[in-house]
Amino acid sequence: MEKIAGQTIVDSLTSQFESFEKSLNGQGKSAVHAIRKSAFETLSNHGFPGPKSEAYKFTNFTKAIEKNLDLDSSSPTFGLDAQLISASEIAGLNAHKIVFLNGIYSEEHSDEVEVQGIKVTSLAKALKADSKSLEGIFNTQANFEKDAFVAMNTAFAQHGVVIEVEANAVIEKPVVLYFIGDCTKSQLTYNIRNLVVAGKFSQFTVIEKFDTIGEHASLTNAVNEFSVAENAHVQYYKIENDSGKAYHISNTHASQAANSNFTANTYALNGAMVRNNLNIKLESEGCEAYMNGLYLLDGKTHVDNHTIVDHMKPNCYSNELYKGIMDGSSKGVFNGKIFVRQDAQQTNAFQSNKNILLSDKATVNTKPQLEIWADDVKCSHGCTTGQLDQEALFYLQSRGIQKDKARAILLTAFASDLLENVSNEAIKIYLGEIIAQRLEK
Amino acid sequence: MSADDHILEEFTSKEYEFGWNVDLEADEAPKGLNEDIVRFISAKKEEPEWMLEWRLKAFEQWKKMAEPEWANVVYPKVNYQDMIYYSAPKQSAKPKSLDEVDPELIATFEKLGISLTEQKRLTGVAVDAVIDSVSVATTFKDTLGKLGIIFCSFSEAVKDHPELVRKHMGTVVPVNDNYFAALNSAVFSDGSFAYIPKGVRCPMELSTYFRINAANTGQFERTLIVAEEGSYVSYLEGCTAPQRDENQLHAAIVEIKVAKDAEVKYSTVQNWYPGDKNGKGGIYNFVTKRGICEGDNSKISWTQVETGSAVTWKYPSCILKGDNSQGEFYSVAVTNNYQQADTGTKMIHIGKNTKSRIVSKGISAGKSQNSYRGQVHVMKRADGARNFSQCDSLLMGDRCGAHTFPYIDIENKSAQVEHEATTSKIGEDQIFYCKQRGIDEESAVALIVNGYAKEVLKQLPMEFAVEAQKLLALTLEGSVG
Repeated sequence: MEKIAGQTIVDSLTSQFESFEKSLNGQGKSAVHAIRKSAFETLSNHGFPGPKSEAYKFTNFTKAIEKNLDLDSSSPTFGLDAQLISASEIAGLNAHKIVFLNGIYSEEHSDEVEVQGIKVTSLAKALKADSKSLEGIFNTQANFEKDAFVAMNTAFAQHGVVIEVEANAVIEKPVVLYFIGDCTKSQLTYNIRNLVVAGKFSQFTVIEKFDTIGEHASLTNAVNEFSVAENAHVQYYKIENDSGKAYHISNTHASQAANSNFTANTYALNGAMVRNNLNIKLESEGCEAYMNGLYLLDGKTHVDNHTIVDHMKPNCYSNELYKGIMDGSSKGVFNGKIFVRQDAQQTNAFQSNKNILLSDKATVNTKPQLEIWADDVKCSHGCTTGQLDQEALFYLQSRGIQKDKARAILLTAFASDLLENVSNEAIKIYLGEIIAQRLEK
Repeated sequence: MSADDHILEEFTSKEYEFGWNVDLEADEAPKGLNEDIVRFISAKKEEPEWMLEWRLKAFEQWKKMAEPEWANVVYPKVNYQDMIYYSAPKQSAKPKSLDEVDPELIATFEKLGISLTEQKRLTGVAVDAVIDSVSVATTFKDTLGKLGIIFCSFSEAVKDHPELVRKHMGTVVPVNDNYFAALNSAVFSDGSFAYIPKGVRCPMELSTYFRINAANTGQFERTLIVAEEGSYVSYLEGCTAPQRDENQLHAAIVEIKVAKDAEVKYSTVQNWYPGDKNGKGGIYNFVTKRGICEGDNSKISWTQVETGSAVTWKYPSCILKGDNSQGEFYSVAVTNNYQQADTGTKMIHIGKNTKSRIVSKGISAGKSQNSYRGQVHVMKRADGARNFSQCDSLLMGDRCGAHTFPYIDIENKSAQVEHEATTSKIGEDQIFYCKQRGIDEESAVALIVNGYAKEVLKQLPMEFAVEAQKLLALTLEGSVG
């Protein structure tokens, strides 16, 4: 048999999958489980992305997991107290709160969402109750054959949420998902799967926030599937502020129907290695997609953002802005792909990636990619890498502002683009404070 | 749209103008590739022992390598055993002057509009004409000789200047660099060699004219340009090939070495047979071109106008090793019908305060695919490196594709790197404006395309710029989508 990359991970996952199957008690024949089985088969046949994989060229996640994580180690017990949990929360945010502790849904800390038009169910509950209800929701956007981590998630994920919003429902309060990991005593590995279905003309916001504490390594493997119906408006925020030992990979897939509007805001603030795959399909006319990302990196943090926006039909609009500030010996990777299919005439697609390097050891690898098969389009991408403008710095200093302060002002200004279009005030303030703290130190 | 379609139809049915085949008696090697063929080529060219060993080593390497598949092109696999690796026009003896050259050969050039005698008399360009792998005539050799400039065919250089060839050959593009480079190193037939001594500014444009003539022969050119300290040379390469139905392979290597304060300008106009409108035939152009700025303040400038070939795979690169060295890449790539081009550049910044500039203009029409693939790599010690890249695509017709794959890898904080790319079509308002002023649609398109490509075209030396503009107009007249 041909040797596959990540064999040791596959080996330890194989025994886990076997014991998982044994524990199922009758659920083993469900449609969901058939998908799990085939995902696991794909994973064990093809393994994880190796060093020659183009998609993981600058981010060898497989090697990082093999080196730093022991997937055979048993799950840790809870040591989280209420104080810690509230410390992870966004102050002043008026939202429906769902809490996951070490990757497991916590009923105790979560709100019961009882609002007209929205149904929020824990995935674990949905799986137990009636796995038929997940048909047409689970595994509809993400393709486990294309990404090994999606396959791993599909095989194992038991926690997450199912959010279903009815047609014409406008949900005022956002749904916020807190993922809190405790790695003070041992390592932690968990899979999270969120399924979001937006009905026609519905409007709502979903926020994800990831925090880990402790000295031990952790692996988070998250997959989100968004299905956005006609004329729906969905906003998705992802705030990732893990410990320096956290390995985090996420795959977010969204498909948009006619005249829908989807916004993904991704903030990567800390971690050991973070990889975010964001795939948006514009399946019908008149869609709008916005992708915003900010990565503020320090120490040895390695953040890789891969985005794909696939224009399949005419008259769609996509706009992407990713900005990064790299300090220490951090590494930023950006890969943005815009596909414009032959049918997708009158497409407007814009992409911009801007980076600032603050230290000699920091690196950035960026690849803004355009693939266009239609002729009546307006597509552009821009990409810059540089340092702070010395003249601007001098100007501020000549006005009596200390160098450190001047530097912070300029960096804050650079990052502020990505805060301006945050519509939720509490999030805006929270992010603004974090950014200010990070840049002024 | 119907008027556009009509013009498009008219244009796309235009046959390849340079498609004819002169019956030259050719001296050919048997089909296929093995060690004996390598020895045969070496013996035919009366090469010294070291050269043969070099080839054999490259052949060993090649056998171990696999054909690259990462490029954004699709083509039937080349059968390397079904090709002729050596084909030379038959000649009784080496010609001393142009009069002794086969008259039919001279006529070939005249058909291409590049008569040697004309060139010699009027333009003062020294032409090293390469027909099917053997350099036939080299003009102006004496004039150049007086300045100490060596400009001759590669096989002559191997014989007459072995010390220079041995010192520099394979140092910029190593034998095992890639599959096609290894293949070329094993079976290269001929090419050009230019050496500019210290402090000499070459008074004329050096030029080679490549043609693939006999059927089923791969052309494996090898060009080596060495510019010593403080020297300057502008080098032109032009290509046209006659119409053939079977795909022909062209795997060339160009190596440029530039010492301190020296500058080399390399310009190419490539118009090989692109295949007919159904995508049948055409040249496979898999070329490795690379230059190294070894000394401080040195400069390499690549300019290319690519209109031909069925499949192009070509990335002229600059390694900016010396401090303050500069690399430039200007490219216009036009694809039509079923042509596929995957082309771009690599700028490797190693030295301090190195600068590079990339301007790439892609134009795709018909059912063609045009890709830009480039890399800007700023290494750790390249303080103050600066790069600006611009790659624009123009689409004509809704069956073609334009793709951009820029890799930007920065390891130094003082680097300033900018990249921008746009994709668009010729605006109806632009055409309308021209028509309003009494310019017909065809001329309007030619005008707009020439304006679009002007930034690159103006980098070309005069003689080439005229030819390039003609080629652009010829390739794209009326193809408004």
